[in-house]
Amino acid sequence: MTVPDNLLYTKDHEWAKLDGDKATIGITDFAQHSLGDITFIDLPKPGAQVKQSAWCATVESVKAASDVYAPLSGEVLKANAELTAHPELVNKSAYEAGWFAVIKIADLEEKKTLMNPVQYKEYIQGLSK
Amino acid sequence: MNYIPHTELEKKQMLKTIGVESVDDLFKHIPAALRPKSFNIPEGKSEFEVMEHLKILSRKNATNLTDFVGGGFYDHYIPAAVDALAGRAEFYTAYTPYQPECSQGWLQAIYEYQTVICELTGLDVSNASLYDGGTALYEAAMMAVRLSGRKKIIVDSGVSLIYRTMLYAYTSNLSIEFVETPVAHGQACREDIYKHLDEKTAAVIVQNPNFFGAVDDFSDIAERVHKCGALAIASVYPVSLGMLKSPGEMGIDIATGEGQSLGIPLSFGGPYLGFIAVKKEHMRQLPGRIAGATADKDNKRGFVLTLQAREQHIRRERATSNICSNEALCALRALIYTCLLGKSGFYELARLNYQKAEFAKATLDKVTGVKVKRSAPTFNEFTVCLPKNADEVVCSLIDKGFACGFPLGRFYKGLDNYLLVAVTEKRTKEEIVQFANSLEAALCS
Repeated sequence: MTVPDNLLYTKDHEWAKLDGDKATIGITDFAQHSLGDITFIDLPKPGAQVKQSAWCATVESVKAASDVYAPLSGEVLKANAELTAHPELVNKSAYEAGWFAVIKIADLEEKKTLMNPVQYKEYIQGLSK
Repeated sequence: MNYIPHTELEKKQMLKTIGVESVDDLFKHIPAALRPKSFNIPEGKSEFEVMEHLKILSRKNATNLTDFVGGGFYDHYIPAAVDALAGRAEFYTAYTPYQPECSQGWLQAIYEYQTVICELTGLDVSNASLYDGGTALYEAAMMAVRLSGRKKIIVDSGVSLIYRTMLYAYTSNLSIEFVETPVAHGQACREDIYKHLDEKTAAVIVQNPNFFGAVDDFSDIAERVHKCGALAIASVYPVSLGMLKSPGEMGIDIATGEGQSLGIPLSFGGPYLGFIAVKKEHMRQLPGRIAGATADKDNKRGFVLTLQAREQHIRRERATSNICSNEALCALRALIYTCLLGKSGFYELARLNYQKAEFAKATLDKVTGVKVKRSAPTFNEFTVCLPKNADEVVCSLIDKGFACGFPLGRFYKGLDNYLLVAVTEKRTKEEIVQFANSLEAALCS
């Protein structure tokens, strides 16, 4: 399982890449691996307000639908349109081509509640035991 | 599957295994006061006695009337092959397949039914069917609410009152705002629809032909509705699609309808058949089961239930709908019926309905005091204005052997003298002429 050093993580296996007051968000390699082949992603629409730990997207695999929660609160600036035609990008490249959305962060304080890469690595090691 | 009841011996063995003395002991944990004192069921009857009882009951039905009643449900001829094939035990007694892929025959039948519905409606994706025309319209309305994120729905009052009533009942706790627009010159009133159409509108719902029998082309409405970011929904009469412009050709997003006329007998309360078909872009919000074609590991054609992540066994409370069943046997009948007719036969059926209704219009127009409404073209059903109360005329013609139509005053205020007359391919020239004569006699008396 890859866990890049430059990202922050949630217990629900979402990641956030901070860039000033913006954040790119997606699901982790651990998450895509657990879900199996992803067939469809219901993304938030630009302009929508998302709230930390509340629903922001749904990922469908062949016989499951899983909710994705926003790692941070804010307004959706753009969503990854490539995923509509190619949801498998999330399986192939969870941290790069498989990003979900870019949000304008509403409250930078919220990032303190997220895990750093070391903490997340320990967390998923604990889960697989 | 046969029905094999447990024998007394088997019951005793089962009770012994779980360690109780009698069947009553199974209910001991329910306080005596809450247990029924008696089930109030009469003593059992013999087969002979039951048959006699049912015969007496069935005599209360009027079975020999010549039928000119429509209003959404039509007296079409059902070829004997429909009963013979749909009655095969493999289909007739099969329960809903919980391991659907084990039932390849059923899945193929559903897949082919969906294909027929897509071809008739001119749309891309159909589900495995819904309960009836009314529940199908409700599901279409809810699809539009989910897809648009809006909660206002404009409904043309030419949509059957039965469907409108169901729509309002099903959505009564969902705070959806309905606006009903009036019918103008027998058709959907564009001016009123556009007046209410705004950025809060989820959908506009129309019906073709409408309840008065008027045929319309909703292309203009669909275009305006799309400009507003809303969806166009049409409830359609499938037999009419043999010759009328399809919902797909009009740019309609979701087509629904009652499939009874496709080989399902008229019966009080059903079972009937709801169909729904949508543009491909909307398919993820389509409720219910969808059968899909695929290939197995040896590259042989096979069938599966597809897009299941929409459904409640996976998505729980966020599912597209809580529908978890369909009308598989009725859908199978519709498939057999349409396949027996074929493309040219289906067109011929539609043409016969249209022509016989046109003949009936001309014949009834000659009856003194009767005026056939001609403000819009019709398919196989039309409205006539009588010189007296239509309800009374309908009652008096029953004694003459005619179920002569639906009195519109029952559904629409101020239309007490209006009668809705349907003419299917089953009605002969003689029957139509006799009906006109009997009507003339009834109006004179």
